[in-house]
Amino acid sequence: MAFFLEVLLGGLLAGVMYALVALGFVLIYRASGVFNFAQGAMLLFAALTYVSLVERGLPGWLALLSTLGVMVLLAVAVERTVLRPLVNRSPLVLFMATLGLAYFIEGAAQALWGAQVHGLDLGIEDSPLEVGELLLSTFDLFAAAVAAVLVIGLSLLFDRTRLGISLRAVADDPLAAQAVGIRLPRIWVLVWAVAGCVGLVAGLLWGARLGVQFSLSLIVLKALPVLIIGSFSSVTGAIVGGLLIGASEKLAEVYLGPLIGGGLENWFPYAFALVFLLIRPVGLFGEPTVERV
Amino acid sequence: MGVSLVRRPVLLEVSDLALAFGGVTAFAEVGFQVREGEICALIGPNGAGKSSLLNVINGLYRPQRGAVRLGGSSRALRRPQAAAHAGVARTFQNLALFKGMSVLDNVLTGRGRHRRASWLEQALGLGRAPAEERAQREIAEWALDFLHLRPWRDALVGTLPYGLQKRVELARALAAEPRLLLLDEPMAGMNAGEKQELSGYIRDINRERGVTVVLIEHDIQVVMQLADHVVVLDYGRLIADGAPAAVRNDPAVIAAYLGTRH
Repeated sequence: MAFFLEVLLGGLLAGVMYALVALGFVLIYRASGVFNFAQGAMLLFAALTYVSLVERGLPGWLALLSTLGVMVLLAVAVERTVLRPLVNRSPLVLFMATLGLAYFIEGAAQALWGAQVHGLDLGIEDSPLEVGELLLSTFDLFAAAVAAVLVIGLSLLFDRTRLGISLRAVADDPLAAQAVGIRLPRIWVLVWAVAGCVGLVAGLLWGARLGVQFSLSLIVLKALPVLIIGSFSSVTGAIVGGLLIGASEKLAEVYLGPLIGGGLENWFPYAFALVFLLIRPVGLFGEPTVERV
Repeated sequence: MGVSLVRRPVLLEVSDLALAFGGVTAFAEVGFQVREGEICALIGPNGAGKSSLLNVINGLYRPQRGAVRLGGSSRALRRPQAAAHAGVARTFQNLALFKGMSVLDNVLTGRGRHRRASWLEQALGLGRAPAEERAQREIAEWALDFLHLRPWRDALVGTLPYGLQKRVELARALAAEPRLLLLDEPMAGMNAGEKQELSGYIRDINRERGVTVVLIEHDIQVVMQLADHVVVLDYGRLIADGAPAAVRNDPAVIAAYLGTRH
């Protein structure tokens, strides 16, 4: 039983890491109804910027602030050069634009900071922590705490301010949103900046785990099943989806692995998401769309 | 009534306006004035350029020539967001509602221009935020009551029948407490009874709230009853501008609507 709990908790904590990545997607999806393919690239770019600044001798807090500033600037640039010219176009056009943006940001990151792998030490010990009979990773617990703070902050921003209702309005019908006086450019810059900052947090935590390297931008693919299960448009959904994926893939690996062969972790989340697509395509926390025909 | 309105200051001034899409002229040399407190009807055959004119007035389209001034300023109307903040609210011919949101939330989006509290105040529920939130809701609820939409307050807009959706759009525009209300065919697809009802609402908004209205309407009967002032467009030209009775007997208008006698 203790072993089961340990696997479960380990899985849930790993799930938090997935959820952190998924959060960035949710933000932009809510503001434009678009899966932002460039989120992985933004995450990589943020982590790489931070690491490179630290390696050039900046103290950690200053590097963090500078990187946050860079992500805000990036948001402004994206709004000016990509979103504004494409206003009122179909979501598919915007999606293609984010695809191009992903390559552009990755290229820019490489040109600026080079292509080598950087080690990243956040100063958090990744030692096992004994809680009763269970062994938990301190680093994972730290990540969970960070995720909790982010979620609380985002919920305050979305549920308590006019931003929440404006975001839903913009995603629903940008033209109508403009006509009622919602300032699209401002909303977009804000959302992309927040998504960039969430990307920075996720990038730092993942970077500390895997090293800051270009394959980091591929964790986009890990976020996909999380979003399908939780919903593309809900912060809560991203967290619950992440936890579900984390727990189920670890449990499957440990309990099903011996029966049908190892390496289960790598494909299990996608199979799980596929089942979800068949049963509840909008995800656990998505609102089914209504259409009067 | 027409006499007293003439003394009022001009709210909306359109002068020498021209709009073209590529080589196709939507309208040209259009100029007229709308005084404060007026109901001005914009009429004309299909394709005359009426909707395009509304789109220029609230900043969706940029004219090639001419100017639109609201209360003497032309800057306010360059973009739809700016126009909304300057007090221009509108409804669309084909509806521009947030279909996945409730009726109340749709109406609340109309209140954006009246928000003053910062995001930080709102997020933490401090300072001006709570009182403002209450005030916004009160006005949104008032707009729902005004247009008798209370029974559908929490329904998703996408599930409502067309006539009700039109009313929700009007409620959203009303909640903005606009100076100028632009209505693009508010009565399209309605039967005579519904038209009477909506005419009543529009007159109430105009009289009780002092809102200036510019509306596009095809039903001449309704226009003659409702409007203080009629502007007629035909093939992108302004062919008449004046009181309803005068416009009705104008030979150019009769020709545009019925064809000339040969």
